[in-house]
Amino acid sequence: MEIKLSVKNLDAYYGKNKVLKNISIDVPKNKVVAIIGPSGCGKSTFIRCLNRMHEVVGGTINGSILLDNEDLTKTDPVLLRKRVGMVFQKPNPFPSMSIFNNVAAGLRLNGVRNKKQITPIVEKCLKQAALWEEVKNNLNDSGANISGGQQQRLCIARTLAVSPEIILMDEPASALDPISTTKIEDLIFELKKDYTIVIVTHNMQQAARVSDYTAFFYVGELIEYSDTKKMFTSPDKQQTEDYIRGKFG
Amino acid sequence: MNSKFFFYKKKITSFIMMSLTFVAALAAIIPLVLIFYYTISKGITYLNLDFFLAMPKPVGESGGGMANAIVGTLILIGLGGLIGVPVGIMTGTYLSEFGNNKFAYAVRFLTDVLSGIPSIVVGVVAYTMVVVPMKHFSALAGGIALGILMIPTITRTTEEMIKLVPHSLREAGLALGIPKWKTTLAIVLRTAWKGIATGVLLGLSRAAGETAPLLFTALGNRFWSTSIGQPIASLTVYIYDYARAPFEDWNQQAWTAALVLILLISVLSLLFRIITRSKYKTN
Repeated sequence: MEIKLSVKNLDAYYGKNKVLKNISIDVPKNKVVAIIGPSGCGKSTFIRCLNRMHEVVGGTINGSILLDNEDLTKTDPVLLRKRVGMVFQKPNPFPSMSIFNNVAAGLRLNGVRNKKQITPIVEKCLKQAALWEEVKNNLNDSGANISGGQQQRLCIARTLAVSPEIILMDEPASALDPISTTKIEDLIFELKKDYTIVIVTHNMQQAARVSDYTAFFYVGELIEYSDTKKMFTSPDKQQTEDYIRGKFG
Repeated sequence: MNSKFFFYKKKITSFIMMSLTFVAALAAIIPLVLIFYYTISKGITYLNLDFFLAMPKPVGESGGGMANAIVGTLILIGLGGLIGVPVGIMTGTYLSEFGNNKFAYAVRFLTDVLSGIPSIVVGVVAYTMVVVPMKHFSALAGGIALGILMIPTITRTTEEMIKLVPHSLREAGLALGIPKWKTTLAIVLRTAWKGIATGVLLGLSRAAGETAPLLFTALGNRFWSTSIGQPIASLTVYIYDYARAPFEDWNQQAWTAALVLILLISVLSLLFRIITRSKYKTN
């Protein structure tokens, strides 16, 4: 099994406050890794380290994160973020842009100007994000005038357009209704054929449904990381079991 | 019984307070209504094509227009805009996007101070800086004075409007591998564009209505001039001169000039609305 992303002894800080302690995780290629844990355990911080968005809000890290054996803490963050895309908790389409332009934004603003080149990519990404059928006749409408679930799939399409290798998802369905959630989950299942996915979720059923591997974080520490089936049936640690059974968190 | 008493007491208090706010709201629009009433009823007499196309007539002759002053006002706010709009928008962007430091706090404070400085003082400064070295009054000096006056309005509106853009949009841009400067330009400024345009409009309108700083910078001109190196006519200075003149028809024309100034600002505002209309369908 090929390892796509390898996190080694990662510490993360906000100022002097240490929010992640010595995290080591290997993410295999074309798999879905779910990060679970109670609020404030460092899940979001963890995935924001993977595309170096953590430093945008003034955070710092220690340790190494290897993407295809190349230490991404030493590369240029702008180039890195084209390889590691991110879908956020709340759908955040660009309201000043049309649906089409939302998907094209990453390409255009990275220098691709040729419309002949952009149009097929936009169509492909909207299809991949299972949104094409719903919006193909109103591609020029505002990206903010569609439903929340559609907006989130638009954001996924936008992320796909810059052809990342890894997609990070920070609770992508937590602001959505159950039907939209199911659509996003189906989508994750499809997407892992082409991409490697790391998803943060509050919802343990969701982790069990969509992921191949699950990591359980608690107050900044990685308590347990294993195969999702094993995690949800016979976890090694008592703490994991308590959390999964709903005894705390 | 007691609770019923309190219920009615609350209802009555609520009604009285609501009536008071309504009266206050009425009082607030009365000056505006009066302004419109007087400028229109008094200014309409001379409002004809001649007023826009003809030059002022010499003392004693009736009729004539203020073509030079209308063009002069446009040139002056254009010159002011050339200075005030880019400086204001860029300063506002800096304050909002990169302004988490001592320098920015100082700039923010000084911009507020600048907005409180009387416009006549700005005129004096422009006089000393431009008119004195050039040795004569000029449209340029007037434009610079107006430009300085626009800066605080445009800066603060830009900053406030950009701050309203959700942080999540900046993150979305950065997460797509778009460099920060491009994210700021193509996503943040573009999202805030409408609000910024409102600030620009406010700045331009205020500048169009300024008289004091023009008195000893652009001075005024009874003749046709579009040269920025020469004194230039403006509607506000004409209003000032004509309103205090001892001639009945000049006083009338001052009203018309006021009406035209209001119309000019309304047209400007309408143009801005059209320009900043959202255009999703056109792509």
